[in-house]
Amino acid sequence: MLIDDFLSQSAESWPGKTAVVCAGERWSYRRIEEASNRFARALVAEGLEPGARVAICLENSIETIVSLFGVLKAGGAFVIVNPQSRTDHVRFLLRDSGASILIAGRRHTDVATGAGTRVLPFGSALASAEGASDLPRLPRSETDLAALVYTSGSTGESKGVMLTHRNMTAAATAIGGYLDNTADDVILSALPLAFTYGLGQVTTAFRAGATLVLERSFLYPRAIIETMRREKVTGFPLVPTMATLLLRQDLKPDWFGPLRYITNAAAALPRPRMQRLRETFPSAKIYSMYGLTECQRASYLPPEEIDRRPDSVGVPIPGTTARVVDDKGRRVPPGVVGELVVAGAHVMAGYWNRPEATCGALRPDALSGETVLYTGDLFRTDVEGFLYFVERKDDVIKTGGEKVAPRHVEAVIAQLDDVAEVAVFGVPDDVLGEAVAAVIASVDGAILTAESVRRHCLRHLEPFMVPKAVEIRKALPTTLTGKISRRMLRAEKAGTAA
Amino acid sequence: MEPLTAELRKFITDNFLFGDASDAFVFSDDDSFQERGIVDSTGILELVCHIQEQYAITIEDEELVPDNLDSLLKVARFIERKRREFPRAAASAH
Repeated sequence: MLIDDFLSQSAESWPGKTAVVCAGERWSYRRIEEASNRFARALVAEGLEPGARVAICLENSIETIVSLFGVLKAGGAFVIVNPQSRTDHVRFLLRDSGASILIAGRRHTDVATGAGTRVLPFGSALASAEGASDLPRLPRSETDLAALVYTSGSTGESKGVMLTHRNMTAAATAIGGYLDNTADDVILSALPLAFTYGLGQVTTAFRAGATLVLERSFLYPRAIIETMRREKVTGFPLVPTMATLLLRQDLKPDWFGPLRYITNAAAALPRPRMQRLRETFPSAKIYSMYGLTECQRASYLPPEEIDRRPDSVGVPIPGTTARVVDDKGRRVPPGVVGELVVAGAHVMAGYWNRPEATCGALRPDALSGETVLYTGDLFRTDVEGFLYFVERKDDVIKTGGEKVAPRHVEAVIAQLDDVAEVAVFGVPDDVLGEAVAAVIASVDGAILTAESVRRHCLRHLEPFMVPKAVEIRKALPTTLTGKISRRMLRAEKAGTAA
Repeated sequence: MEPLTAELRKFITDNFLFGDASDAFVFSDDDSFQERGIVDSTGILELVCHIQEQYAITIEDEELVPDNLDSLLKVARFIERKRREFPRAAASAH
């Protein structure tokens, strides 16, 4: 099974059915099937080799969906790049992925200069293959690379997670199974397609022949609520930041009758907010889920368990395993904290061009010898085997659904001449879950302001990585071994925030 | 309209770009905040608070939509319209 088989099969079963609604346009499955076939032809005509990477730097849009299916049908693998990314980051992604082609809108056409990547505007590529609606004939397999999805690790260097067709169809089939997705579903997603959570909405919707209502962002919750009511949305994937923004609105429970389910992932939803979601959306079942880019989704809590185990992220998704192990890889008893390891067809093929990192994450299981994914997340189970997230093994900050590596932000701040020492860490935040905070010790006689630090960060980092709070001091607290203690600073800041 | 967009531009530059009005963050009066990534979700809330205080207008939940808020020009037009609708509230604040 290939990912684009989901599209082709739905186009055959429901040709006239609306597949995607976005920015006032409605495209049927047939139209997306034909446009992506044309797009694949255009890419082959451009000389795209099998297995070659194509970067797509476009907003959440129908163009992005046609592009990604076109890339797959042309035998390539796609890399979705957030168009809000800073130029430095886009260049890094192009270089690291070795993308030969960049599909871009008008803003990023100059980015590829010097990166050895050709820029192909979406419109002209599609127009160049006008008239051709059949597919290029290519030998393809479900073990082919389908996508590189970039994720930030503790060191801050973004790594490309290699997902094959099989990885992504397996995840979509498991998720679509427990959510009971059917062709009657209308799923509204404002999640970036550069994330597996966002991308998974396309694969699960297309697998079921459902309608996907795609939003550019969650900047205007009110507009999203109007769209939900107009389109009679049945499925609504969220991250906690979106839930918070949504619940600030004055909402009437009877507005959302058709809503069948809400999913939450990326970080845990605090209990009171979960309760308010349930009151506001009485018809919706709520699924708490846990996942990471390396396997897309690892577990979900069946909604009927939510009252008994409100803090659990549930059980492994269908057809996979997720176990808690000690540092020798042996399974630990209920209640004991260990690292979560995940196995199944949804687990990535490895990190792109990073054999060492791949060996660290994908290791043989102590007992069975099968390859398992070490998640870097500490978990425990209850006596019935339900999973509970405890904490990250590293210091990665999760803010508004994005991961930020403290060391990456620290390295950028340390470039400033007046900075003697710097520590970056997460502090609790009502909207973002965690907010990025920086405490800096300046060199003697320095004139350093919080604004100048944030301005410097904004020029060199993605906007979500820029510290919301910057404090400048004479010295930073250190541990007994002389290392700067993020933990002490975090505790101190969390104390003052409470 | 011009003094309005200039004031709003200053607010956005000062608060979201930390005073950096250099080439790196050039944006036009009708550039979409959403597409350019100029303002994030918490930023929109700050912008709305600023508009309510600075221009003595009340913004309803229903009005928090991109047509009213997603560029400097759209915000300026929205403020003008609100001022016409409630001229006394605006006048008494000055």
